[in-house]
Amino acid sequence: MKELLQQVINGLSLGSIYALIALGYTMVYGIINLINFAHGDIYMVGAYVGFAVTTSLHLGFFPSLVISMVVCSILGVIIEKVAYKPIRGSSRIAALITAISVSLFLEYGMMYFVKAETRTFPNVLGKNSLKLLDGSVVIDYKNIYIVAITIILMVALQYIIRRTKAGKAMRAVSLDREAAQLMGVNVDRTISYTFAIGSALAGAAGVLVGVYYTTINPLMGIVPGLKAFIAAVIGGIGVIPGAVFGGLFLGMIETMVSAYGGSLYKDAVAFAILILVLLLRPSGLLGRNIKEKV
Amino acid sequence: MMIELINVNVYYGIIHALKGISFHIDEGEIVTIIGANGAGKTTTLKAISGIQRIKSGSIMFNGKDISKSSATDIVGLGISHVPEGRRIFSNMTVMENLEMGAFLRKDKAEIKKDFNKVFELFPRLLERKNQLAGTLSGGEQQMLAIGRGLMSKPKLLLLDEPSMGLAPIVVKEIFEIIKDINKEGTTILLVEQNANMALQTADRAYIIRNGEIDIEGRAEDLLKDETVRKAYLGG
Repeated sequence: MKELLQQVINGLSLGSIYALIALGYTMVYGIINLINFAHGDIYMVGAYVGFAVTTSLHLGFFPSLVISMVVCSILGVIIEKVAYKPIRGSSRIAALITAISVSLFLEYGMMYFVKAETRTFPNVLGKNSLKLLDGSVVIDYKNIYIVAITIILMVALQYIIRRTKAGKAMRAVSLDREAAQLMGVNVDRTISYTFAIGSALAGAAGVLVGVYYTTINPLMGIVPGLKAFIAAVIGGIGVIPGAVFGGLFLGMIETMVSAYGGSLYKDAVAFAILILVLLLRPSGLLGRNIKEKV
Repeated sequence: MMIELINVNVYYGIIHALKGISFHIDEGEIVTIIGANGAGKTTTLKAISGIQRIKSGSIMFNGKDISKSSATDIVGLGISHVPEGRRIFSNMTVMENLEMGAFLRKDKAEIKKDFNKVFELFPRLLERKNQLAGTLSGGEQQMLAIGRGLMSKPKLLLLDEPSMGLAPIVVKEIFEIIKDINKEGTTILLVEQNANMALQTADRAYIIRNGEIDIEGRAEDLLKDETVRKAYLGG
């Protein structure tokens, strides 16, 4: 029971990170129907920005989180403008190949600048932990930070999307781009906003992972990027609550499999669930079946 | 003259969709463009609202050529396009759809008044204002599409097939409201396949065929015209 509680906390932390990355995938997909395979690498860049800010500028956790989010959102907007916008009218396969190229470019571009070796993220949060149930359940402050920051960011995202003009424009463009244009919505600007927000969330996830797992390297974005993509598909790609649900679900499953079934199987289980969902509910667990337009 | 199209040409790839179309609308008029499916009616509206680029010609709106302006700027200048098939944002509420219609406006107090005006025109939308737009009936969705179009406070309202897929009694209701909107001072360009209804509503009409203006005249004259009756009104 105590062991289980401990694992639930770990699962929530991992799931929060997946959810943050999955949100960017799903938002970009929702608005331009592109699987942005470079998204995992934006998260990697976020981790390195956090690393640079904490080691070179000696700033604390929160400044590094904010700076990383800002840098990543700018990076996301630039990637969209340079790589994706010129091919917006082309086939989906062209867009997909471009996304993979951007991904490789970021990975090996980063490797060129920072070398391939793994770096150790400084411990900016201290070693305090919360002991529950007479010390048999230990909650590291890092876990609390990860979950709390994820919740704050999701509430902020929800506010932006539901209440602000830019957010409503994003929803309108993702529902019907041409109709949104007829309302006077500037589609290019709205797509930029989407990339900015999605990439900022990935940047935050990068710093959180750096803090949580303490090591970072230029290829660290590949596997979590893929997992977050799976999470977005499991929840229903294009559906924002689906990404959150999918991320937490996958994080929890992986943690439980690692804890009770052997960690060697955790990736296999993740992909097996993906296959099951695609077979049984292709539009995702929270996705809607899109009716054919008449 | 509020809007004038002069020799407008539009191509889709190699297909010549609009072949040198020219027509005009005066302030306060209801003008209708009728014609068969694929004749170029929708393309004409898309060219005016800036979501379809024209190859040559000009589109003068209140003396300014808008043929190269962005769709956003054209909405700002006072042209609102209610597209074919309604195209409401199905996963947003009725109220949010109307807010999207006022997207470019900043005059909050005036926007509030215009919400009320739309609800006066379409009381059923008020009853359903917190409902998701996709759950409305076809007629209600058309009302929402028109209401949303009005929220940008247009000088010129472009309506594409407002009767499409609706029961005759609902069509009648919608067309009565179109007349009311016009009486309140909004100029209207109405594109329709339901030629009978359109000609009964409009002041003037253009009949478009294969991307060219074929016949033009006062709507009541065209209603009586023998060739028009045969070709477009079912005898």
